[in-house]
Amino acid sequence: MKKFIAGAAIALVAMTTSAAAEGHGDFPERPVMLMVSYGAGGATDFQARIVTMTAGNDDALGMPVAIINKPGAGGRVGWNWLATQADADGYTLGAYNVPHFIAQSIKGGVEYSTDSFEPIANWGADPAVFVVGADSDFNSMADVIAYATANPGGLTFSGAGLFVGHHIAALQLEKAAGVKLAYIPNKSGGSGAMRAVIAGEVLGGVNNLSDAFRAREAGTVKILGVFDTARNSFMEDVPTMAEQGYDIDNASVNFRGVMVPKGTPQSVIDHLAATVPAMFENSRVASRMKAGGSPMNIMNRDEVLEMWAARQITLEALLSGL
Amino acid sequence: MEFLFYMDEVFAPMNFGLLLLGTIGGLILGATPGLSPTMAVALLIPFTFKLEPQQGLILLGAAYTSTVAGGAVSAILLKIPGAPANIATTLDGHAMALKGEGAKALQLSFISSAIGGVFGVLLLIFLTPVLAQWALSFGPSHLFWLAILGVTVIGTLDSSSVVKGLLSGCIGLWLATIGFDDIMGAQRFIFHSSVSGGINVIPALIGLFAIPQVIAMFAKGRQSNDAEVIVVQKHAVSEAFREVIKRKKALTIGTLIGSIIGLIPGVGGQIAGLVAYDQSKKFSSESEKFGTGHSEGVIAAEAANNAMVGPSLVPLLTLSIPGSPTAAVLLGGLLIHGIFPGPDLFINYPKVAWTFIDSMLIGQILMCVFGLYVAGLAASVARVPQSVMAAVVLGLAVFGSYSVQNTMGDVYVMGALGLSMYFLERFGFSAAPLVLGLILGPIAEANFIQGSMIANATVGTGTYFFTGWLNWLLIVIVVASVGYSVWMEVRNRRYTSKEEILS
Repeated sequence: MKKFIAGAAIALVAMTTSAAAEGHGDFPERPVMLMVSYGAGGATDFQARIVTMTAGNDDALGMPVAIINKPGAGGRVGWNWLATQADADGYTLGAYNVPHFIAQSIKGGVEYSTDSFEPIANWGADPAVFVVGADSDFNSMADVIAYATANPGGLTFSGAGLFVGHHIAALQLEKAAGVKLAYIPNKSGGSGAMRAVIAGEVLGGVNNLSDAFRAREAGTVKILGVFDTARNSFMEDVPTMAEQGYDIDNASVNFRGVMVPKGTPQSVIDHLAATVPAMFENSRVASRMKAGGSPMNIMNRDEVLEMWAARQITLEALLSGL
Repeated sequence: MEFLFYMDEVFAPMNFGLLLLGTIGGLILGATPGLSPTMAVALLIPFTFKLEPQQGLILLGAAYTSTVAGGAVSAILLKIPGAPANIATTLDGHAMALKGEGAKALQLSFISSAIGGVFGVLLLIFLTPVLAQWALSFGPSHLFWLAILGVTVIGTLDSSSVVKGLLSGCIGLWLATIGFDDIMGAQRFIFHSSVSGGINVIPALIGLFAIPQVIAMFAKGRQSNDAEVIVVQKHAVSEAFREVIKRKKALTIGTLIGSIIGLIPGVGGQIAGLVAYDQSKKFSSESEKFGTGHSEGVIAAEAANNAMVGPSLVPLLTLSIPGSPTAAVLLGGLLIHGIFPGPDLFINYPKVAWTFIDSMLIGQILMCVFGLYVAGLAASVARVPQSVMAAVVLGLAVFGSYSVQNTMGDVYVMGALGLSMYFLERFGFSAAPLVLGLILGPIAEANFIQGSMIANATVGTGTYFFTGWLNWLLIVIVVASVGYSVWMEVRNRRYTSKEEILS
């Protein structure tokens, strides 16, 4: 029995990475919690842990940030919790994924929308890319669309699920090229979608730039285009969709950042908005993110507010037909 | 033989210390209900930030190996599987513990875990390129048939009645439909916010197995203070080794099935133990003894769930695709040190890759040594009074369910399912088929829908699900498995007297 009690104790210690808090008059006076609505070990969780690792420094928050995972239903469980149950006192932050949560709120069935949250800062932007197997006959998006035109609804391509960046990218491609495609959402997320491409179960796939970059290093896929407005520094040789003649903007880019629930005191929001972007700019953070193949894109609160508003309009137009 | 070259890395003082820490810590975490291998590895990742890459991986690898085996401790002594992988171990393991053979069951489970585990890691070392192709060959149609094969196990899992086994499997399949459906985007049976993310397997597992136990323990405790004390007979380790060697059929079946299923992305260890248990029951000459505390049941189940550890890393290390949730967490652990797994991992970072694999090999053996030591302490667990034990188990159950997603919703789910299971058990239903339904439902459904989406866009559903040797092989196994169960049922009927049926 001692073993069980010891196990419980160890686990408790492991989970509370908090330090004793005293002597700070200002916010924050105690460790801050960052809710991640995806499981431990996923890309969002992994990046959230890296960008908050310097939070305890005096030039950042001065208090450590503890990551709490509330995964489920493609992020809906965590964001529902943040919108309805979390304390709006500034000690409960949440990680957002755009376009996921905005698309989900437009589609309905959830208790949040962009009005439920206040953005603090953005840390990363992972564009979607179009990948095909290394031995595929397709060498450009023109080849892919030519095949799709010849076989309407016959071009199978995988992605991480519905109402996530990959799905948005698929919808944009369908609209811009004016063809019918067969988007196959994968239950196991991005890694499952990538596996389907490598194994040849589908003819192509939409996937994260960071994962596709690794897969290309491993020699298993070719990357045909980036769903973004500019080429990416991880792969300068891959053209954007717009360059290849498809009118596609950056609406599918997976932006990750920090937000708080609506109702958090304005002074706290201001304090966080001033310190958090600087925390993301720490050189240790940047080197770890680069090593992990995770593209960074630091944006302040005003820029994120603008991006959210723009996304809301684009996604409403795109999803209205579904 | 390159792996031998890096063996001395594992025995460097710091590395070996971490290996010991990971192994012992993993055993303890694994024995705690709710702390699955995936959770244990995820909890440890922040601690590897400060370590060298190979040191961090040694810690993670050792923890992965030993949490899988550690789950057997609570499965055998308390009938609460530490993780889904250990469900099959409860069937015979706990029955053995009730007969006073708890120490023996633990020894058998750790020895067969180590043998299966070492075999799995050796496969990883020698056959990785071949196995990588095999792992890729399982598409949606094959995974669908594989899940159906799992469903055929449901009926025979419950030794008392095939019909009741199938019925509780159906309850599990229904529970699995609750929540958001990621493929069609539909919301199903969400009647309360606790289940908006679906029924998570871990809280369900804890509730279904632990709560009926707790209620039974409290009930016994009230009846009399000196309620039955489970005796634990001492059992020599050498005899346990002899027993495992004597049962080589179960050991071989467990190891092979574990290795093969471990390779298949997305199915993994959750069903390896159950399929191995079922198959060794069907091939055994003493199949009627299964479920009553038969050593073969423990050996097959535990050999399988540890054999799957090595092969489950093949897709990650060679193709950079995590094949299981735990492998996905390990990928995070690699990326954080700037290491991209892929075919040239062993060329670019031989020291990291080989030290990691070597440490898993040594970790299996260390795990066995410490496990055998723990087995000796089993008697002290059995001596704890029932009422105290019930309180402790209840506390652990709440803690374990909460910690999976940090939400009270899971605790409610655990409690509600556990209470229902208590009454179901009184009517002769058992928890294992129900959990299997809960696990297999989503696999079968998602792969069927994905497969038919691909099929509709290309060759048509019939062709897609019924062509290729792998599809047919699986279909034949499914038919054989069902046929065998029916035949056994009919044959047993013939010898059942009218009085027995009426009683």
